[in-house]
Amino acid sequence: MNKKILISDPTLRDGNHAVRHQLRKNDFSTYCKAADAAGVPMVEVGHGNGLGASSMLVGECSLSDEIILSTARENLQHSKLAVHAIPGFCTIERHMAMALDLGVDVFRIAAHCTEADITDRHIAFARKHGKEVYGVLMMSHMASPDHLADEAFKMQGYGAEGVVIMDSSGHYLPFDVSERISALVEMLSIPVGFHAHNNLGMGIANSVAAVQAGATIIDGSARGFGAGSGNAQLEVLVAVFEKMGYETGIDLYKILDAADIAEKEIIPSLPYISSTSIVSGLSGVFSGFIKEVNSISAEHGVDARDIFTELGSRNAVAGQESLILEVALALKGDSSGEAR
Amino acid sequence: MSNKLRCAILGTGNIGTDLLIKVMRSDLLECTLFAGRNFRSEGMQKAIALGVNISDKGINAIVDKADVIDVVFDATSAAAHIEHWPVIEGLGKIAIDMTPAKLGSFCVPAINSQEICGSGVRNINMITCGGQASVPIAAAIAEVHNNIEYIEIASSIASRSAGPATRANLDEYIETTEDALIKFSGAEKAKAILILNPANPPVDMQTTVYAKIKNPDIVKINAAVNAMMLKINNYVAGYALLVPPTVINDDIVMITIKVLGVGDYLPRYAGNLDIINCAAVGVAEDIATNVLELMS
Repeated sequence: MNKKILISDPTLRDGNHAVRHQLRKNDFSTYCKAADAAGVPMVEVGHGNGLGASSMLVGECSLSDEIILSTARENLQHSKLAVHAIPGFCTIERHMAMALDLGVDVFRIAAHCTEADITDRHIAFARKHGKEVYGVLMMSHMASPDHLADEAFKMQGYGAEGVVIMDSSGHYLPFDVSERISALVEMLSIPVGFHAHNNLGMGIANSVAAVQAGATIIDGSARGFGAGSGNAQLEVLVAVFEKMGYETGIDLYKILDAADIAEKEIIPSLPYISSTSIVSGLSGVFSGFIKEVNSISAEHGVDARDIFTELGSRNAVAGQESLILEVALALKGDSSGEAR
Repeated sequence: MSNKLRCAILGTGNIGTDLLIKVMRSDLLECTLFAGRNFRSEGMQKAIALGVNISDKGINAIVDKADVIDVVFDATSAAAHIEHWPVIEGLGKIAIDMTPAKLGSFCVPAINSQEICGSGVRNINMITCGGQASVPIAAAIAEVHNNIEYIEIASSIASRSAGPATRANLDEYIETTEDALIKFSGAEKAKAILILNPANPPVDMQTTVYAKIKNPDIVKINAAVNAMMLKINNYVAGYALLVPPTVINDDIVMITIKVLGVGDYLPRYAGNLDIINCAAVGVAEDIATNVLELMS
């Protein structure tokens, strides 16, 4: 049995959600150096929604993709530099070609769980240029295990070298993860991965369930720094996998140091499971919505929990942030839109 | 001879098949050929049931039947249209391009259909579904403010309303929508985003427009947007304001629109298909009116 786990670290990408995409240049250099020193195999950086996503809809990034990528590149010697890229936000010509020029090693091409076919051209482009490419299925709880496996199989066909499913809402319990990872492992001949969110306190438990079901790629962020109540906590994952006898190639003490540095230097407030986050997780809404929901909730005097519940019943996905205001106004009862 | 404009539809996917139903309903248009590549496709089956002349020879069928065609709706893909256009042009036909190939002149009926029809343009590009929903709003804002710094539009559509060509053309969708936004709003910069929502039951099409403007005059913007809505409602009944012009952070105007289709080929949630097809039929009808006037 292969006892190796590939850890991918999105602290500087998912963490950007937690600060409304305001991570500074220093944050990228400081953490990249620390992660590199700890032997983290893959460091993902960028706007929370990936390449080309800086926008009014999902939040404007204080830094350009170019600055983020070149800063990260300068500070990574051994770790591979990875980007998250969602077709619909980013295009091959404008964004992926630029990332290629700036020396990105790994492209993680993402789509919502049933939309694998929008990744075909983008996966092929990155493969053609000799880059390492993964397919990512976001909001994976919205598809059945069989459907998810079919979509992952398409990504394998396009040339993905692994497929990662994301629990973007922090909605899963360990059993849900086992069921989905098993379905993918059975269907695919390439590695399968899992990306957790911690809304229901399941970040580590779900990652362990994923590995037990055959996943060999796991995402984790320093101190869990990520959207909503954060991701699986990287340094805990490293410790837990070591205890379970898996190899991650990451030095435990050095990753603990890196996490301490992250806490001290770049994380303004540590992720925790807020009351609203629990409702967000239960309702299956993308964790990245929480900042905007909280501010619109405060501005319009509507309970954030009600907003999440309504967004959940409307099946909102990442990129539908404009729904938040509409839902809040409708709940407040003064929408001048159509009656509902 | 019939006194209707004779239309060929190339491409038998969601767009082509929905167009067929709309063309058949028009008093000014008729479908003389429905051409694709596969007789077994759902669209082709629908056309057979409707008793339309069909062919599986694609663009070659247009060449063969050129004498019964005035206008060709190209509902294939951007890459295919680039190959089709020289053939259509060689035959002396007008192309209404439903793909984001952007070879021709951008057309939004609420803004420039009459101008396009009067100008002798032979290749009319219908931009994109998100473009048809957002560009007229951007143009309405530009009537009030000619100094828009940045305009952004985000459309979310139901996964089931996006066929294979739409999915393969996402990059072209973005680039074409952005080009049209800049052309019609004069904004310095534009960004277009498309979100495919996997939900079942499917979500209705929604488009949000954000415009960055110094000191926005919300009263005038409201009036301009309402006037534009009336023009759009002439050809798309299900086009409605969900969030009226709202100012965020002093210098951003946000507007959300919902587009419900009439439910011709796909259910009503597929407002994205409906709006671009209604727009294309609207332009074709304007061409028909011009041609019929010339003949009388």
